[in-house]
Amino acid sequence: MLKIENLSVSVEDKPILKDINLEIGDGETHILLGPNGGGKTTLLLAIMGLPKYKVTNGRIIFRGTDITNMPINERSKLGIGLMFQKPPKVTGVKLFQICELTSGKKLKFEEIEKFSEKLNLREHLKRDINDGFSGGEIKRSELLQILCQNPSLVLLDEPESGVDLDNLSVIGELINELLEKDKVKGRIRSGLIVTHLGYILNFVNSDKGHVLMDGKIICSGNPRDLFEEIKKHGFERCKECN
Amino acid sequence: MQLKETMKEFKEKAKRAENKTALYGEDIDLSIYSLPQEEENISSLSSLPVELQEIAKSSGIDVQEKERSGSYIQLDQSTIYSRVNEIYKGQLEIISINDALLKYPEIANEYFWKTLPVDQDKYTAFSELHSKNGYFIRVFKGQHVEIPIQACLLLKENSSVQNVHNIIIMEEGSSAQIITGCAVHPKVDEGIHIGISEFFIKNGAMLTFTMIHNWSENFHVRPRSGAIVDDNGKFINNYVLLKPVKSVQMFPIATLKGDNSHAKFNSLMYGLKNSKIDVGSKIVLSGNNSSGEAISRAIANESSIINARGSLVSVNNNTRAHLDCRGILLSEKAIIYAVPELLADGTPKADLSHEAAIGPISDEEVEYLMSRGVSRDDAISLITSGFMDVKILGLPDQLENYINELVKLTAKESL
Repeated sequence: MLKIENLSVSVEDKPILKDINLEIGDGETHILLGPNGGGKTTLLLAIMGLPKYKVTNGRIIFRGTDITNMPINERSKLGIGLMFQKPPKVTGVKLFQICELTSGKKLKFEEIEKFSEKLNLREHLKRDINDGFSGGEIKRSELLQILCQNPSLVLLDEPESGVDLDNLSVIGELINELLEKDKVKGRIRSGLIVTHLGYILNFVNSDKGHVLMDGKIICSGNPRDLFEEIKKHGFERCKECN
Repeated sequence: MQLKETMKEFKEKAKRAENKTALYGEDIDLSIYSLPQEEENISSLSSLPVELQEIAKSSGIDVQEKERSGSYIQLDQSTIYSRVNEIYKGQLEIISINDALLKYPEIANEYFWKTLPVDQDKYTAFSELHSKNGYFIRVFKGQHVEIPIQACLLLKENSSVQNVHNIIIMEEGSSAQIITGCAVHPKVDEGIHIGISEFFIKNGAMLTFTMIHNWSENFHVRPRSGAIVDDNGKFINNYVLLKPVKSVQMFPIATLKGDNSHAKFNSLMYGLKNSKIDVGSKIVLSGNNSSGEAISRAIANESSIINARGSLVSVNNNTRAHLDCRGILLSEKAIIYAVPELLADGTPKADLSHEAAIGPISDEEVEYLMSRGVSRDDAISLITSGFMDVKILGLPDQLENYINELVKLTAKESL
């Protein structure tokens, strides 16, 4: 699904990611752990193609296509969906409008309404995107948009941040549904989940974990084992694996 | 005062102001324009030539008249059509201003030049000194006209001046919506529209007046409007400009004379090509517990210049008003100048406030929408359409949807 080869990324001429290699197969969910400021969000935004995140070396291959220099909207159309950690408020653009557009106008209002009911966001559809939404509502709104987009690769940036415990299980369930975790065979959709606190691991089954520190992937393995180690010894211990 | 004396006094004052430059806007030499020929009446809007029907439609006019309680159409300088739909007869009247002066000569004393001075500038003076037309709309006492009244001012004669004086009277306890569309025939290259509009909102009456301008690149526009709002009256004035114009300058004034009276001015302006737009509104809070609001949204693209003015004046202690003026500049050649003014005149308890902001379109918002598969141009168009929030006009759904579509089209075409 996704292959990242020797990727280096700079933000405003400051190198952030250095020589990243990562491969996510069809139907796999990977977890990206790491301390704040380590480069996790940068990696997701570089995969999505935000211009501020400049690829200085390497390439990103998505379903066999080199997307390293492709505009954001083309990547989205090709099947990459990003759940932003802190999305902006967009005054004057309604949530249902963006849901309709991101579905390629395939979904009608009634169908979007059904999804929104599941996420308890029906009343928000006619509101400006993220205008006055609470932390939990923002996460659910992001998930709603991803559901409407129906991408092949889902990038989730800190889905648990700013969400209370009650909402966390709801979001966890929805992410499982989104990533087709109910399917044993024939699962196609892949995911890359960034988490700092790791709570989401209690709700979402994942296949592989990686620790990203100082712009490098320094450790990969079973996500639960990695997280247990980090809980006990902190991220500093990860450096020893390198 | 006798009618003749009144008229004489207006003319004398106007004569003295014939060369008086307006406070704002480019000074225009009116001598280069001629007054157009008389046009013949039509029997229905559908008998208008097709090209005029099309331009009327583009200014919000329903040529089928199904969704309108009454219609007034002026072509150049002639009233060619005025009609009240059968089921609304007895609720309102719509006639030309010249017919109204013949039918009710007393209106010259009661309503002419009562909301703004005849000698305000050379344009008000010109209007008084030359032959004119315009509409006289009166909604009778206690009548609630449920669907909009429409008026359309069309121009098809090149290099001419359209001289209009409108009187709108909302009698006690009445309510209505008026939509006025102003447009020129595609063959009109240059010209000028001088439009005087005087509104009288009597006790407990309510009017929503929406004006859509659809002029051309070499056309000058000088509307001069005033409103007097009595006790418990409510006046909402909407202005929509989404097409290029050579210059438009106006600064309508609402005087809130009555207790608990209210006025709201909303403007949506899209500056295109070399348009020089100087649009403001002034609310004078005089009645006890009177209140006002002035909201403007301006987008300046290409080489346009937009002056967005607003003025709130309190002359009564127990009053409040707010001014909200926002702009987006889309071009390095465009200019937006926001000028909010507040004046508390010996009224220490009056509550006047304003917010003004001019800013760019945020890259973060554009990229966020792009991450949902929307192209850069479409993302900018979505954001600018959203910025021009038609909801602030408080219109019925059909009209709101119509203006929304116009805004979307302008946002898309201008990129």
